[in-house]
Amino acid sequence: MNIVVCVKYVPDAQGDRTFKDDNTTDREGVDGLLSELDEYAVEAALALNESGEGEVTVVTVGPDAAGDAVKKALQMGADKGVHVCDDAIHGSDAAATSLVLAEAIKKAGEFDLVLTGLASTDGTMSVVPAMLAERLGLPQVTQVSTLDVDGTKVSGRRDSDVASETIEASLPALVSVTDQINEPRYPSFKGIMAAKKKPVETWSLADLGVDAGQVGLEGSWTKVVSFAKRPPREQGEIVTDEGDGGTKLAEFLAAQKFV
Amino acid sequence: MAEVLVLVDHTDGQVKKTTAELLTIARRLGTPSAVFVGSNVDAARPRLAQFGAEKVYVVDNGDVTDYLVAPLAEALAAVVEQASPAAVLLPSSGTNKEAAARLSIKTSSGLITDALDVTAGDGGGVVTTQSAFAGQFTVTATVTKGAPIITVKPNACPPQASQAGATVVPVELSVSEGAKTAKITESKPKEKSGRPELTEAAMVVSGGRGTAGDFSPVEAFADVLGAAVGASRAAVDAGWYPHANQVGQTGKQVSPQLYVACGISGAIQHRAGMQTSKTIVAVNKDEEAPIFELVDFGVVGDLFEVLPQATEAVKAKKS
Repeated sequence: MNIVVCVKYVPDAQGDRTFKDDNTTDREGVDGLLSELDEYAVEAALALNESGEGEVTVVTVGPDAAGDAVKKALQMGADKGVHVCDDAIHGSDAAATSLVLAEAIKKAGEFDLVLTGLASTDGTMSVVPAMLAERLGLPQVTQVSTLDVDGTKVSGRRDSDVASETIEASLPALVSVTDQINEPRYPSFKGIMAAKKKPVETWSLADLGVDAGQVGLEGSWTKVVSFAKRPPREQGEIVTDEGDGGTKLAEFLAAQKFV
Repeated sequence: MAEVLVLVDHTDGQVKKTTAELLTIARRLGTPSAVFVGSNVDAARPRLAQFGAEKVYVVDNGDVTDYLVAPLAEALAAVVEQASPAAVLLPSSGTNKEAAARLSIKTSSGLITDALDVTAGDGGGVVTTQSAFAGQFTVTATVTKGAPIITVKPNACPPQASQAGATVVPVELSVSEGAKTAKITESKPKEKSGRPELTEAAMVVSGGRGTAGDFSPVEAFADVLGAAVGASRAAVDAGWYPHANQVGQTGKQVSPQLYVACGISGAIQHRAGMQTSKTIVAVNKDEEAPIFELVDFGVVGDLFEVLPQATEAVKAKKS
């Protein structure tokens, strides 16, 4: 099976994430890495292809450093990579990003499945998968915690607050997976060495036939107007339990009118 | 004034509180119109009228519930086509965000998700407020193309009643074959815990690694307060509590009046889900736990001793 996995290079959540003067995410001041939630999509793709034929292609859209996200996925075991890199993409919102991704997926060749994670850990919107399905005209089997492919059918379990649903579609399809689906592997030494020889193509917007006016800060349909760091919370009273901690807790809640 | 569409969140006509909140917000931007997808609109109409819906667009088509997301997006697109709204508001949920995503592409309109607040912009349009980077930043944003599509988090504003007509406007929809490609072949309703829904609750009591798998003191304390129960990722990964209750980056993001973290260290992934709570309380054995940096009140102690005592003390205060 040929599988395309979309991955994102994000600033490390453990770092001091911030914005730049143009209200875009600072992607240089903080070390970046493959978005943790995308590792589950890479693992799902590798697991599906373990016994079969076909290739796993990793696609990312992002600045130069985003090549690291592709590299990590190749080290885990993906076969080849595509990195769409163009200064004009800087500041693209979800819709603009989905346009670039959709064109890159089409150019990457025939596929049976497009796989993504649940959301990126920086933007956290969780809308690009559905946007991709819309743009590519694919059935969407999204936010699933199980995934089975049987011949030409794909199915998975989608849990919401109200129900646990089984979703089924024909291939080709777009699938997004949650962090409940598997345990992503760590790259082995062999995997790290092998990744160095795997092909990675770098494409510009022109390569994809995307007009620069449709993406970036100017081409996006939304705009961040301002950002402000939330003042750190002031630490309140901390008591050590000396047999009366629970009583003190109840007194605090009563004083705050929660009881 | 132009119409502002509000997608109604309901179960078989029983309207949820988020709908009243969104109708209240819609009145800041224009004339609210509800979009009711499903059957039993008669049960929903009084509540929609109470919170200011002038019209209720009704899409009652079985295909919308039999297939995933795509038909809902087509239903919304059909109403947008008919109403030419100034904005479209949806309650933030996994399915609604995805339907909004498809609607955004269909109508070439900007999409903003998880708004904590929505106001009218100076020169028209809308301005939204969101949380970013695990609650460490507040950002404001606006839509620069099309009719803004905004998904709004629960508790974004107190619902205010404002009686209106709630005139039913049936919408004919024939779902395209292309939208009927991801079929819902089975749907098992979740068992009801009897507790408030996590994302909508005014109070949340959560347990983590420190429970060692025994959530009974956490649940007892939640019940005496009338709170929802949450869990950290560590507790969910260990199989101690259902994933639906997970609070954090990959679970629910909650913003209640009161959040009580029990046996939770407070890693960034957890903080991403609860940092914007109004009042934060923690009980943890480890006085070095980072959760204590956030708290309005903290108890360094064993949750198995502190929580039962607090539960009894709250009970005593209530009676």
